Parts: sequence; C-alpha cells; structure tokens
Amino acid sequence: MYTFELKKADSVANAAALLAASGGKALAGGQSLVAALKLRLAQPGTLVDLSGIAELKGIRREGTHVVIGAMTRHADVAASAEVKVGIPALAALAEGIGDRQVRNMGTLGGSLANNDPAACYPAAVLGLDAVVHTSKRKLAAADFFKGMYETALAEDELITSVSFPVPAKAAYVKFVQPASRFALVGVFVAQTAGGVRVAVTGAGSSVFRAKALEDALAKSFTADAAKAVKVPATGLNSDLHGSAEYRAHLISVLAARAVTAAG
Amino acid sequence: MSIPLSLTVNGQAVTTTVDARTLLVDLLRTGLALTGTHVGCDTAQCGACTVLVDGRAVKSCNVLAAQVAGAKVQTIEGLAAEDGTLHPMQAAFRECHGLQCGFCTPGMVMSALDLVARHPGADEAKIREELEGNLCRCTGYQNIVKAVRLGAAEMAK
Ligand SMILES: Cc1cc2nc3c(=O)[nH]c(=O)nc-3n(C[C@H](O)[C@H](O)[C@H](O)COP(=O)(O)OP(=O)(O)OC[C@H]3O[C@@H](n4cnc5c(N)ncnc54)[C@H](O)[C@@H]3O)c2cc1C
Ligand code: FES
Ligand code: FES
Repeated sequence: MYTFELKKADSVANAAALLAASGGKALAGGQSLVAALKLRLAQPGTLVDLSGIAELKGIRREGTHVVIGAMTRHADVAASAEVKVGIPALAALAEGIGDRQVRNMGTLGGSLANNDPAACYPAAVLGLDAVVHTSKRKLAAADFFKGMYETALAEDELITSVSFPVPAKAAYVKFVQPASRFALVGVFVAQTAGGVRVAVTGAGSSVFRAKALEDALAKSFTADAAKAVKVPATGLNSDLHGSAEYRAHLISVLAARAVTAAG
Repeated sequence: MSIPLSLTVNGQAVTTTVDARTLLVDLLRTGLALTGTHVGCDTAQCGACTVLVDGRAVKSCNVLAAQVAGAKVQTIEGLAAEDGTLHPMQAAFRECHGLQCGFCTPGMVMSALDLVARHPGADEAKIREELEGNLCRCTGYQNIVKAVRLGAAEMAK
C-alpha cells in the first residue's frame, strides 16, 4: 500500500468536506477498497472513514418504500425484518453476496459506488427503479450507473441512502462464478408500479435492462415466455469463465428461473 | 501516518499506535504476537485469517486495524480456558478429526462460532453454505462439517 492519511468523519457534511478538501476517497467496509490499496491499484492521499456516521446506518419502511442507509452491511440487509417482509428478493440478494465474512463488512453504498460489473446490488437498484440519495441530490437508478466501475458520483459526493420501491413480485437469481463468488451473470426480475423490469449484471460492462425480456414478460409473466427470448451476444463480456454467447444464453435461463422464484 | 488505536483483544484492553496502512491481521500477528490467526491467500479468498469483531466473522487480511478501533476482537488464542481446557468447538475439531495440516483451522473455528451464534441448530447444508468463505486444502470438509455440528451441540449443553 502507498501511504495515506486516515480521517474519521462524524457526519455526512463533515465527510463531504474532508473529501472535497483532500481529494481523497471514502472508506466504507473496505472489502473492495482495501484489496485495491494492497494491489496499489488505488492511491488515495486520504481515506475518509464513514463507519462512525450514525445517519448513514439503518433500515426503515417509508410507506411504499424500504430505505436503506449507505453504511448498512450486507449481513444486516439480509437479516432485516423490514426487508424480508417488504422486498424478500433484496434480502435474498444480500444473503448471496460473497461469503459471511464479506457480508459482515461490505456495505450497500460501497457496492454501488464501486459499481463492479459483476456486483449484485446494482441489479436490484436498476431492477426496482430505486432512487439513490447522495450528499448533493437524488439520482434515479438509470442515471446513477455510468459504465464499468463508473457512476454519476462526483469526487466529493457520498451516497447516503437508497430508497427501494416495494414491488408486487421480484426475484434475483445469480449464476455464481465459484472462485470470486461474484455473478458470472445475475438477473433481477420485478413487477413494479412502472411495469415489468429485468436488470442484468455480470454480462456487460455495467448493469443494464433487458428490453426484449421485459416486453415478453409484460405480455406473459411466465418462465416459458422468458426462456423463449433470444438475447443477442453483441457487446457482452467474454472471458475465460464464459463466452459472450454463453452469457447471453444464461440471461434468458436465469430470467426464467427468477420468474419462477418470484412466484 | 501513525494513528493511536484502542481496542479489546481477547478480553484485554490494547492501546497502541499503528501506521494507517496496518492490516488487522498484521496488528494481531506482528504487533501482538498472536500468530494463531493465519494468512493463507492475503486476498480475501481463503478465510484462514478469520477473527471475530464484535462477534462477527471478518477476514482480518482485508480489514485495516483502524477499522476496528473501539471494537472487541476475538482470535483463536482467546477461546481456550486459562487452564488450557479447549473451547467446545476446538475440542470438537480434535474429536472429529476436523483438521489435517491445521492451517485453515483457526479461521474455520472462528467462522463456526459466528455461525453457531446465529444458527445454533444448523444442519449440514446450512453449515456448508455458511462456511463458504473458508477454504481447506486437506480434509475434504466432511469432518469439518461433523466437527461444527458436534461443537454446536456441545455449546448448547
Ligand atoms: C471474496 C469477496 C467476494 C465478493 N462477492 C461479491 C458478490 O458476490 N457480489 C457483490 O455484489 N459483491 C461482492 N463482493 C464485493 C463486496 O460486496 C464489497 O463489499 C463491495 O463491493 C464494496 O463495499 P464496501 O462497503 O466494502 O466498500 P469499500 O471497499 O470501502 O469502498 C468501495 C468504493 O466505494 C466508495 N464508497 C464507499 N462508500 C461510499 C459512499 N457511501 N458514497 C460514495 N462512495 C463510497 C469507496 O471510496 C471505494 O471507492 C465481494 C468481495 C469479496 C472480497
Ligand atoms: S488470508 Fe485472509 S482470506 Fe485468505
Ligand atoms: S487442514 Fe490443511 S488446510 Fe484445512
């Protein structure tokens, strides 16, 4: 690791000011950032530790939404009664991230800010049309994710919470890449107030919506309807774990499984 | 940058100064000479470095020491009684032959304690699922799963 200054913030305003003044990076659970520091892939002069900021923690139901603070750990989302009752698909998604040790440290805000192309939470945020609240503004899911490891966040902007609308039905199914435990492909299917949404992670440079699947499932919300959709492989990821064609095929297969799981 | 750090390790208050870059596992092994916590992969994959922070299993190779300021850390050294009597989970690993080279064992035992605290009656499938973050290159896992079941039953007594 390169050297860095470590500052502990006690409020969102304080953290944003420290980031603006230093040009540094926020430290949440560290499950992605500490690894990047060790590999010298990141060289922030200052790290601003968010773990002491009470306003970033916690889960609450607000009418038709479940609101989750950015510093809420994956394990706490998975175990939350509010999430299990309101959006069981989201609790199950959190329970499937990495392993127990990663879930005990990793946070919702860290996962979204990192926007790993194979991360799970982005699929739920886009699939449910959730709103990302930041220290500066509110962002619709479609405006938040910009590309591989890229988001709309400014350098000194913090995610504070995410507001997830409660869907009529939803499920997330991921095909685990067993070495990394990330999604080789993951598909989030939801019946929302705005219609059927299908969000795909792991297959492209960043999470995306599968329009053809959404149209087919809007007509008939069945596993067969999903399976019948041929997703084009153009532009999808191809690596030693799976070709673009394999991933394209998995998208329909996992969407069908998600429809079944959504019930 | 040096930072002052206070925490509790195995019930003892520790106050020290560390470089901001210090990993929790390095504080434990080098700073406090608690070498029971092992480093297998150093990349958050194998779980050999698992310790409990406020009761929760974490991979200490992927956490900065500064992230556990004020917390209660438990390592494998903190489990046995003063007189050397093994903790029921340690005894179960011995009883069931749940280790061969023993390198993964401290991490396995610490993960097992996090698991048993939340799921005291976990069945075999649940134990396998919960130990996903702990790799063993020797045993084939059968006897580890057996040991965790026995350890959980003994702890419930
Ligand atoms: C072995 C392993 C397996 C994993 N498996 C999966 C998996 O299956 N699925 C999955 O989705 N993820 C997986 N992960 C990643 C894990 O979910 C991480 O926790 C997550 O990507 C980062 O969250 P963090 O809280 O640890 O953030 P950190 O590592 O602390 O930070 C990550 C980035 O986000 C920024 N950041 C953090 N919080 C904020 C905020 N509130 N506002 C703005 N920026 C912020 C940081 O500056 C940094 O750039 C895995 C990780 C490991 C080590
Ligand atoms: S040494 Fe920490 S997970 Fe392998
Ligand atoms: S006993 Fe050798 S690695 Fe598990």
